[in-house]
Amino acid sequence: MTDATTAAPVEQSELEKRFPDAVKADARPGYAGFVVETSKLVEIATALRDEMGYDYLSSVTAVDYYSDAPNAENFIEVVYHFYKSTGGGALVLKVQTPRDNSVVPSLTPLYPGADFQEREAYDLYGVNFEGHPDQRRILMWEGFAGHPMRKDWKEAFYEEEVKPFKNRWPEGQVYRIEDRNPFNKNNKYPQGFDPVGFKETDDPKLYEVLERAAREYSEDIDTEQVVVNLGPQHPSTHGVFRMAVRLDGETIVALKPVMGYLHRNHEKIGERNTWTMNMPFTDRLDYLSSMSNNFGYALAVEKLMGDKAAPPERAEYLRVIMAELTRISNHLWAVGFLLNDLGAFFTPSLYAIQERELILDIFEATTGSRMMCNYFRFGGVARDLPEGVYAKIKDLVFERLPRKIDELDIYLSENELVRSRSEGVGVITPEEAIAFSTAGPVLRASGVPYDIRRADPYSIYDRFKFDVKVRYHGDVYDRYMIRIDEMRQSLDILKQAIPDLPGGAAGGEVMNGKNPYQVRVPAGESYGRVEGPKGELGYYIVSNGKGNPARYHVRAPSFINLTVLEKMCVGQKVADVVVNLGSIDIVLGEVDR
Amino acid sequence: MTDTNPTVNSAGYEVPPELRQNVAITTLDKIWNMGRRYSVWPMMFGLACCAIEMICTAASRYDLARFGMEVMRPSPRQSDLMIVSGTVTKKMIPQIVRLYNQMPEPKYVLAMGACASGGGPFKEGYNVVSGVDQYVPVDVYVPGCPPTPQALLHGLMKLQEKIDSESITSVRWYGKDDIPAIPVPLLGPDLIDPRDNELIKQETSKKPAAPAAAAAPAPAAEAAN
Repeated sequence: MTDATTAAPVEQSELEKRFPDAVKADARPGYAGFVVETSKLVEIATALRDEMGYDYLSSVTAVDYYSDAPNAENFIEVVYHFYKSTGGGALVLKVQTPRDNSVVPSLTPLYPGADFQEREAYDLYGVNFEGHPDQRRILMWEGFAGHPMRKDWKEAFYEEEVKPFKNRWPEGQVYRIEDRNPFNKNNKYPQGFDPVGFKETDDPKLYEVLERAAREYSEDIDTEQVVVNLGPQHPSTHGVFRMAVRLDGETIVALKPVMGYLHRNHEKIGERNTWTMNMPFTDRLDYLSSMSNNFGYALAVEKLMGDKAAPPERAEYLRVIMAELTRISNHLWAVGFLLNDLGAFFTPSLYAIQERELILDIFEATTGSRMMCNYFRFGGVARDLPEGVYAKIKDLVFERLPRKIDELDIYLSENELVRSRSEGVGVITPEEAIAFSTAGPVLRASGVPYDIRRADPYSIYDRFKFDVKVRYHGDVYDRYMIRIDEMRQSLDILKQAIPDLPGGAAGGEVMNGKNPYQVRVPAGESYGRVEGPKGELGYYIVSNGKGNPARYHVRAPSFINLTVLEKMCVGQKVADVVVNLGSIDIVLGEVDR
Repeated sequence: MTDTNPTVNSAGYEVPPELRQNVAITTLDKIWNMGRRYSVWPMMFGLACCAIEMICTAASRYDLARFGMEVMRPSPRQSDLMIVSGTVTKKMIPQIVRLYNQMPEPKYVLAMGACASGGGPFKEGYNVVSGVDQYVPVDVYVPGCPPTPQALLHGLMKLQEKIDSESITSVRWYGKDDIPAIPVPLLGPDLIDPRDNELIKQETSKKPAAPAAAAAPAPAAEAAN
């Protein structure tokens, strides 16, 4: 495993040479990257993008370093992970800002992909991004009291700083937290608040922004425009996703995604949990591909834990096998439901779901659950394959799935209706795809051959022969075709991995040591990323050496891929919105977290 | 129709054997409920992970059509059953209440999974409503995270049993009084349930010490509430 944060030494020293005053290496133990002067951030980022080739801003997030001890040094740090779209490790920049009146220059004008991520940091941490074109709350609503991810912000059902809570211990006394709240609900209100006659402020602000965006879209004739809301309850929004669309006739002049309807506070809960407790929570991020989510989190933590958590060989293979099976099942779902969005209601999905069920059978036999697998552990996997499952996987991968994927391909790919509805729709150029930080199939369908399994290999992916699949038109059709390609590619990897599995059907060691109830993670930061089915899934974790993460951030591919949705849709017809959305393949559990 | 069918011909009247092929005697309730129990149309309404299992239940392997429930309606106006499939968040609950109000009677609610039933693993979250039953009356709870399709089917069969037990003479929607709509919550500094307005006002106008205690429940201070 290569440590991504130290993989690009040449440019890093160059950066220090060029900006000797503004850049200094992060000297805290366990940390890497550079701490940058706030005032120089934009200049440095411009140099990174234009001269050093770090054109892909993968992750932007904030960390609250807070302690209520007297004389503690409290500040908020904004962390940027830059990559090259040609491959290689990360360059990490950090900007520190005081907790009250936090201001950081926005990188959205340089890297449009930072848009939603900066809005998220503003929403949850209260960091103001100077120069951000549309700084509104994104996951919570306008008017919500406080910035909930700050360490000193306590929710209504707050019990204790860290888990496991005392009242769950044998000597404690279990109570219902509702009984301790005056409203019997998970609510609290600021002092002096009067609910009578209260008016919501979220939607008016949204429509204002929509109108402003519509004015920027030039039109020769002044016509009457209408606002249409798609979602959050809509049959084709893949969950509780909402798009506010401003229409001129049937043409879209402005579109704003509205999310947060499934924001279930993954990160806040994650920072209260112990390290191991978070594993089942990651299942519920992208609930169609829980194995990949486990993978990313396990990698991030193992990176900090070092050799004592190096998984045995068999576990590495099992991880790859499960992750690739997940990719196939996810893409089957994505293809089926893209066809759903195109109007082929449910029939193609039924065929896709049929095959997915067979993969879920394997997951259920191995892990005990169809969807929420909770299979990975730090230093291996939870349990070995049960009897008969190895043969089942073999049969599925070598016999059935190749046939069935061909079948889908034959029936759908050349279909007249599919082609005419999807070709040339929602085109994203390679430059846009990189600038908007899209990842996974969306990026590769636009002609950028960037796959983390190749660009920055993790686990044992460097042992397998496979081509990075890429398509060049960047339209909905190519985003559909790339998923068919990737299913075949995953089968190729599986066909290499299954015969090589150490121990084969007989079984073997799958954990490094005993499966721990509780782990100690050395202090430091780490960013583990995997090529999930939806794209780059990254976990940024900060440990302070205690039993639970000090910061736990998920770089969710669906969330960041949505940044480009507006670009895809503006100027097109309203009928294509749902298809465009379907081709991004979002899962709301991951978008909203 | 033979008298082996338990839902008809058990009304307490003797049918002569020679007529059993042609005549069936039953109660209005039974025939009415039989029609309703086999044509429950769920709303096409997914919230989170459980929605995926709900779709799998509707797909070919588990096949909801066996119960006459495969007609998923995207519009609340045409649906009988709301399957609350996933975590209910504060941002989403106004819409859920609105959808529930828009459904015509008779309407049923099935809380699918741990989150919809009581908050589940995300209960402590600042944006999570701990159970949809705080706002909308629930008929059937299905445990699981997520419940398997089999569990959902079992929950739906329990709903059918509930429908069987209803009588046309006593159901609420044929009563004389209007059924009041549930007030839609508002998104304020936190979620505002209009039914709680009095209580909220009372709590927020207390001396500064009291709301602080409400926010961070130190057991001793909380006992006063």
